Amino acid sequence: MSLIRKTAAELGSMIAAGEVSSVEVTEAHLDRMAEVEPKVQAFLHVDRETTIEQARAVDTRLRAGEKLGPLAGVPIAHKDIFTTRDMPTTAASKILEGWRPPYDATVTRRLREAGLVILGKTNLDEFAMGSSTENSAYHTTRNPWDLTKVPGGSSGGSSAAVASYEAPLSTGTDTGGSIRQPASVTGIVGMKPTYGGSSRYGLIAFASSLDTPGPFARTVLDAALLQEAFSGHDPMDSTSVDAPVPSVVEAARHADVAGMRIGVVKELAGDGYQPGVLARYHEAVQLLESLGAKVVEVSCPSFTTALYAYYLVAPSECSSNLARFDAMRYGLRVGDDGTRSAEEVMALTRAAGFGPEVKRRIMLGTYALSSGYYDAYYGQAQKVRTVISREFEAAYEQADVLVSPTTPTTAFAIGERVDDPMAMYLADLCTIPSNMAGNAAISVPCGLADEDGLPVGLQIMAPVLADDRCYRVGAAVEQALESRWGGPLLKEAPSL
Amino acid sequence: MSAITRDEVAHLARLSRLALTGDELDHYATQLDAIIEAVAKVAEVAAEDVPPSSHALPLTNVFRADEVRQSLTPEQALAGAPAVEDDRFRVPRILGEEA
Repeated sequence: MSLIRKTAAELGSMIAAGEVSSVEVTEAHLDRMAEVEPKVQAFLHVDRETTIEQARAVDTRLRAGEKLGPLAGVPIAHKDIFTTRDMPTTAASKILEGWRPPYDATVTRRLREAGLVILGKTNLDEFAMGSSTENSAYHTTRNPWDLTKVPGGSSGGSSAAVASYEAPLSTGTDTGGSIRQPASVTGIVGMKPTYGGSSRYGLIAFASSLDTPGPFARTVLDAALLQEAFSGHDPMDSTSVDAPVPSVVEAARHADVAGMRIGVVKELAGDGYQPGVLARYHEAVQLLESLGAKVVEVSCPSFTTALYAYYLVAPSECSSNLARFDAMRYGLRVGDDGTRSAEEVMALTRAAGFGPEVKRRIMLGTYALSSGYYDAYYGQAQKVRTVISREFEAAYEQADVLVSPTTPTTAFAIGERVDDPMAMYLADLCTIPSNMAGNAAISVPCGLADEDGLPVGLQIMAPVLADDRCYRVGAAVEQALESRWGGPLLKEAPSL
Repeated sequence: MSAITRDEVAHLARLSRLALTGDELDHYATQLDAIIEAVAKVAEVAAEDVPPSSHALPLTNVFRADEVRQSLTPEQALAGAPAVEDDRFRVPRILGEEA
């Protein structure tokens, strides 16, 4: 089997055993990128030489006997929203075109310390605002299953890179579903850790009370290995949780749900969901029952309103966070001809540098926070947030994990929702509640929808700091379905 | 009746420091109106007696030790600046008249 088809765990073991070098593994992936990038367009920045240098350095460290983690020498695609000292960081925005950050994000630093080799920076919706990568200021990434469909978003470059075997692993960030939704629509695994479980330092901020870095991989175990590699308390992030990282790798190796209570969320299925999505979802629930889990129905009535509360909370935080792009200290500056004031230059720069979705959200957030509207919009959304958390708590008294489809539909067509913001926002209907409550949640592949042959994801939600439960249930689903399918779902994907 | 008028959108654009064209204002007024109408559904959740959550974690006043640490050099801090003069960020005038 070629190197690009192997899992990250396999590659890490082979490199550690000296059967193959990191340079060889990295070159195999760079060759794959050269072959399929013209079609998939997952990356915004690739620099072959810098990447091979990183791999060479890891090989040297390993030969010198340095003790690195289980992923040492394994290549990874890195979302272009994490700062990287040796590569441009743009957040897919024109306002940061060509920017070279003076420091590494904590996630970036930990990847390097664990010996992972960064293949390049992946595409996203500008500032992680979107569900399709169509809001990237540079280009739209394609879904490897069908190049006319979106790869999800905002971390769509990262999902497409892993699903097209350009990388065995990638990083993402999940604010309202930006890891789980792209994982679902490309047939791979994507995990949103507990909020605060992974550091936001050096992650370009969108909505600070929601943004959570997390892993993409083709297997549940690989995702756990990556989460473990970059997680843990960070004094540079004041919202970082000062607690041990949940034992996610152990859980991913413990694919046993016998006796576990699985809560089916009544409100996250039904009208408006694609029939093929519901069919695969119901089968997955039956599968869990056949594996010895106890299935119970739970009701969380406010989850259907979570979407609306999110589209007040997230834009409000975004309008505040993005005020830093003021054309003064870094990034784009437009119209500074000596006659205009700083304020005029600022307004011209922001109009030229931000795309339509970012402008929409900044104005929506400014509206929701303005006096006279604050109580009705932002204030009420914060109260709904409390209600959502309480409904989760009540549900977790009846169940160890909750399940739902990850998205109401499979991948939609490029261009289909781009001029209809509310239709685009609905892609995050099932994923948003976990962000509002800070819970852990994973998406694992559970089959193909009958009507279009595209991947469907099962979402597994767990309480704060119970990330291990997501991996345990995810691994059980993966193991049972792969034995039924005779291999991973991705083997059904067309060759590129 | 629309939830938001074109004039209000123009005011929001000004507050947001976004120099928008007339066409853009028309476009965003229509879209923001639809979005605001949808998000107004948050009012349907009975939450009068519920405290607001700004955040999912029970964290308050997180401090780090006040230690002197290495920071960016002037060269590093200025490397991405649109304009630099005498080791400083050069910015457009901020007052109404030239000094």
